[in-house]
Amino acid sequence: MVAFKLNDKPVQVDVPANAPLLFVLTNDLGVAGAKFGCGRSQCGSCTVLVDGDPVRACATPVSAAAGRSVTTLEGLRENGKPSRLQQAFIDEQAAQCGFCASGMIIQAQALLDRNPQPTENDVRSALNGNLCRCGAHNRIVRAVLRAAKEA
Amino acid sequence: MTLTAEKGAPMKGPVLGRRRLLQAGGFLSLAFALPLGDVLAQTAAPARPPLPGSLQTNRMLNAWIRINADKTVTLLVGKVELGQGILTAVAQICADELDIDMARLKIIAGDTALTPNEGTTAGSFSMPNCAPAVRHASAEVRAILLDLASKSLNQPVTALTVADGTITGPGGAKTTYWDLVVGQALEREATGQSTPKAASAYRYTGKSVPRLDIPAKMTGEPIFVQEMRPEGLLHGYVVRPPTYRAKLASVDLSVGERMPGVVKVVRDGSFLAVLAGREEQAVAAGQALYAAAKWDVEKGLPGTDGMPEWLTSTKPARVIETRNTPRQGGDAPVKTVEATYYRPYHMHASIGTSSAIATMGADGVVTIQTHSQSVFETAEAISKMLKLPREKVRCQHVQGSGCYGHNMADDAAADAALLAVQMPGKPVRIQYTREQEHRWEPYGSAMVVKTKAGVDKDGNVLDWDFQIYSTPHGTRPGGNPGNLLSARYLAEPFQQPTPQNGGPPNYSADRNGIALYEFPGHRVLTHFITEMPLRVSSTRGLGAYGNVFAIESFIDELAHAAGADPVAYRLKFMKNERARDSIVKAAEAFGWDKWRKRDGRGRGIGFAQYKNTAGYCAVCLEVEVNKRNGRIRVLRAVASADSGHLVNPDGVVNQIEGGLIQSLSWTLKEEVKFDDTRVLSEDWASYPILTFAEVPPVDVVLIDRPGQPFLGTGEASQGPTGAALANAVFDATGVRFRRLPLTPDRVRAGLTA
Repeated sequence: MVAFKLNDKPVQVDVPANAPLLFVLTNDLGVAGAKFGCGRSQCGSCTVLVDGDPVRACATPVSAAAGRSVTTLEGLRENGKPSRLQQAFIDEQAAQCGFCASGMIIQAQALLDRNPQPTENDVRSALNGNLCRCGAHNRIVRAVLRAAKEA
Repeated sequence: MTLTAEKGAPMKGPVLGRRRLLQAGGFLSLAFALPLGDVLAQTAAPARPPLPGSLQTNRMLNAWIRINADKTVTLLVGKVELGQGILTAVAQICADELDIDMARLKIIAGDTALTPNEGTTAGSFSMPNCAPAVRHASAEVRAILLDLASKSLNQPVTALTVADGTITGPGGAKTTYWDLVVGQALEREATGQSTPKAASAYRYTGKSVPRLDIPAKMTGEPIFVQEMRPEGLLHGYVVRPPTYRAKLASVDLSVGERMPGVVKVVRDGSFLAVLAGREEQAVAAGQALYAAAKWDVEKGLPGTDGMPEWLTSTKPARVIETRNTPRQGGDAPVKTVEATYYRPYHMHASIGTSSAIATMGADGVVTIQTHSQSVFETAEAISKMLKLPREKVRCQHVQGSGCYGHNMADDAAADAALLAVQMPGKPVRIQYTREQEHRWEPYGSAMVVKTKAGVDKDGNVLDWDFQIYSTPHGTRPGGNPGNLLSARYLAEPFQQPTPQNGGPPNYSADRNGIALYEFPGHRVLTHFITEMPLRVSSTRGLGAYGNVFAIESFIDELAHAAGADPVAYRLKFMKNERARDSIVKAAEAFGWDKWRKRDGRGRGIGFAQYKNTAGYCAVCLEVEVNKRNGRIRVLRAVASADSGHLVNPDGVVNQIEGGLIQSLSWTLKEEVKFDDTRVLSEDWASYPILTFAEVPPVDVVLIDRPGQPFLGTGEASQGPTGAALANAVFDATGVRFRRLPLTPDRVRAGLTA
C-alpha cells in the first residue's frame, strides 16, 4: 500500500512498490495529464511535480512518492478553470497535437515557481529536456512568458 | 472522435458511443441511419452530377449534417484531427454556411460506423476534399431549411433572414431550424446546386478561431487514445523479433505465464504477445519472453553508411519517366553541371508511442479505438487479418500523439485486435515501448537524387535532368493485412504486397520531382526500388522533402556558378505568378536585399509548391556556422505561405512554422542508424531531435486568396526548409553539403576536406 497526496487529495493505492509512478497515476488513479512517451526520462511528457519539483514519472517508482505531494496537469486547475499558465497556453494556441503539452506546462510551472520572471533564455533552457515533435516550441515559450507577464 | 464546440468548455470523454450519440441528439430529423458497414456502399454512380470534394463519394446530406432537436447540429466528417486543426477549420465553415453559432456544433470524425468515408487523412488533402464538401453540404442544408421555413411562415425565401438557426420573416415572424425539422425525414442526396456564401459574408471563416481541442489538452481532460482506460482493461505487450525477418524458433511460454499478473500468453507463429492486468506486468512478462525466445536471425542490411550506394546500385522494379520534355532545337550547352544529393531514412518519431484499445463485443464486433489516419481501410485490413466479415470490425478515431504520416497507429490497432479476439468481452490496450516505436515504425524512405544541368554561356539552364533513386513511400494498410506489421509474423502469414509508386498528379517517390521552374529541356526519371532494407511508409511530404532539397540546392548551385543572386536566378525561370509572389514575399520579409554578409554567417532560400498543386511556400534562413566544431546555429527563419482562401490564418501559420521546425530537425540531426541486421536508433539519445535551445524564431507571412480553392498546407514547408538550410550553410562557408543530415561532424569534415 502506498499513500501520498495527489492534486491536494490524499490517495492510497495497493500496487507493487516498484510500479512506475506514471503507470499508477494513469492506470490506477485515473490521471490523464501525464503521458507515456519514452519510459527513459528522455522526453518529459510524463513530468509531474513531486513536492514542487519536476520529476519524470515514467522512471520513478511509486514508492518514491510515498508521503509526498504529487501534482499533475489536472491539479493545476483553479476551481475547475484553467490556471493562468494553462490559459496562456490556450491563448497562445501553444500546440499542434498537444501530446507534450502536459509535460511542458508542468515543467514550466516548476520554473515559474522558482523564477516568476524568467527571460526567454531561462524558459528555453528550463524546457530543453522536454521534446516537442510538432514544432510548437516558440508558441510554448511565448505562453510561458505570457503567464509570467500576467502574474 | 467527437468534439463539442462549446465555448471554452473542455471536451467530454473522447469517445461517444453510437447509442449515447443518438440519445444526446434527441429526435433526429435529418436522420442518418446507415447501418454498420453500409458506409462502404456509398460509392458514386457515374450518371450523377459531380459534387465538390468528398461529397462526390459520400453524396447524402444527412451523412454529413444532422439538425438535432436539442438545438445542436452534428457535423460528421471522415477526415480526422491529427493536431493540424482540421476539425476547427471545417467547423468554422459549417457554422458560417449554416448560419449558426459554432458553440452549437458537435463533431464526429472518423468512425467507420457513423461518418462518411473520406479515405486517409493525409497528403494535405483535408482542406481540398473535406472543407468543400462541408461547405456545400452545409449551404444545401441551409437552403432546404429555408425552403421549409418559407412554407411554414408563408413567406418567400428571399424575404427570410437567418441568425444562429433562427429564421425571421417580414414583421418579425420567426421559426427555428429545430422547430422546422421536427417530424421531417430528410434523407436527401446533395445536388451541388446550392450557392455557398461569398467570402465577405463569413463570420468565422478567415479568422483565427481558437482550436476546439486545445483547452482539453492544456487542462488534462482525457482526449487522446493513450489516455483511455475502460473498465476491466487488460494490457497487451507484443514481443517483437530482434530483426525484421527473424523467425521465432522456440520459446517456453511458461516463462511468461509464470510472471505476476499475466492472464494469457499468445503465440501464433512468430507473433508472440502477453496480456496482463497491469501495464508494468505486461512489459515485464513480455521482456522475459523475449529473453527466453530463440530466434533465427537474418543478415544482409546495407547499413547506414552503405545506403546511398545501395540505392544507386540496386536494380529498380521500375524506371518511371516522370517527365520527359526534350529541348526543341537551340545551341548545345557550353557546360554541364552535376551533383548527387542524399537524404537518409527519417522517423515519424511521435512523442507518444502508438496505442489502441480493442474490444470484442458479445455481438462478435471488434471495436477499436485508434489514432489511425485511415480508419476505413485499416478496419478492412484488420477484418481480413482476423478472417472476420468486414462489418465485424469497427474503427473509431480518437486523437493520438502527432503522427506526421503513417506511423505505428495501424499496427497498434491490429495488435490490440489480435489480442482482443483472444479475450472476448475484455478491452485490450496496447501502447508500444519507445524502443518498439523507434525500431519498428515505417520510416520515411532514404533517397538519392542525381542532377545534371546543361547551361548556356551565361549560366542559364538549357537542359535539366533529375534522377530519383528511392524505395517506396507508401505501405499504408489500404485494406490489405500484409501491410499490418504483426500479420506478417502469424503462423499463416500475410505477405506484404509490393508497394506501388503513386502517379500524377500527387506522385510518391517523385512527389515534387518535377521542378516548377520552366526549363527548355526537362527530364525526370524515377528509379523505383520495391525492395525495402528498412520498413518504410508515408512520412510528411513523401519524396517531396528529398526532391525539393535536391532541386532547390541545385538551382542554388547553378545561381552561384552563374554569379547570380539566388532569388533573382530563381525568378528568371519561374513563370507561375503565385510561386513568384511567394518567393518575393519571403525574400522581402527576410530583408534579402538589405542583408549584409558577416564572417561565419549565411543566408539561404528554398521554395516549393507542395505537390505542384497544393500550398506555395518559400523559406529564408539565416545561419551561423562555427567553423571550428562544425555546429550550425539557425538564427532566424522567415516563410511565406499561400494556401488559397485562408480559413484559419493561425492554423496555417502553426502548420508552416511547425513543419519548418520539424524539417530543421530532420536536416540538422536526423538519420535512422542501422547495421547489417537491425535498427540501432532505439530512443531519443540514439535518434536526437531538435530541442528548445536550437529552435530559431520563425516569422510566417501569409498570402490570402479569398474566393480561391482551399490548398493543403500541412506539408508545404518541409522541402523548402531543408534546401534553405543547405544553401545558407554554403553561403556561410563556401562548402556545398549534399548529404544529410548536416551534423557537426559532417560539417567539420566538409570544411577541412
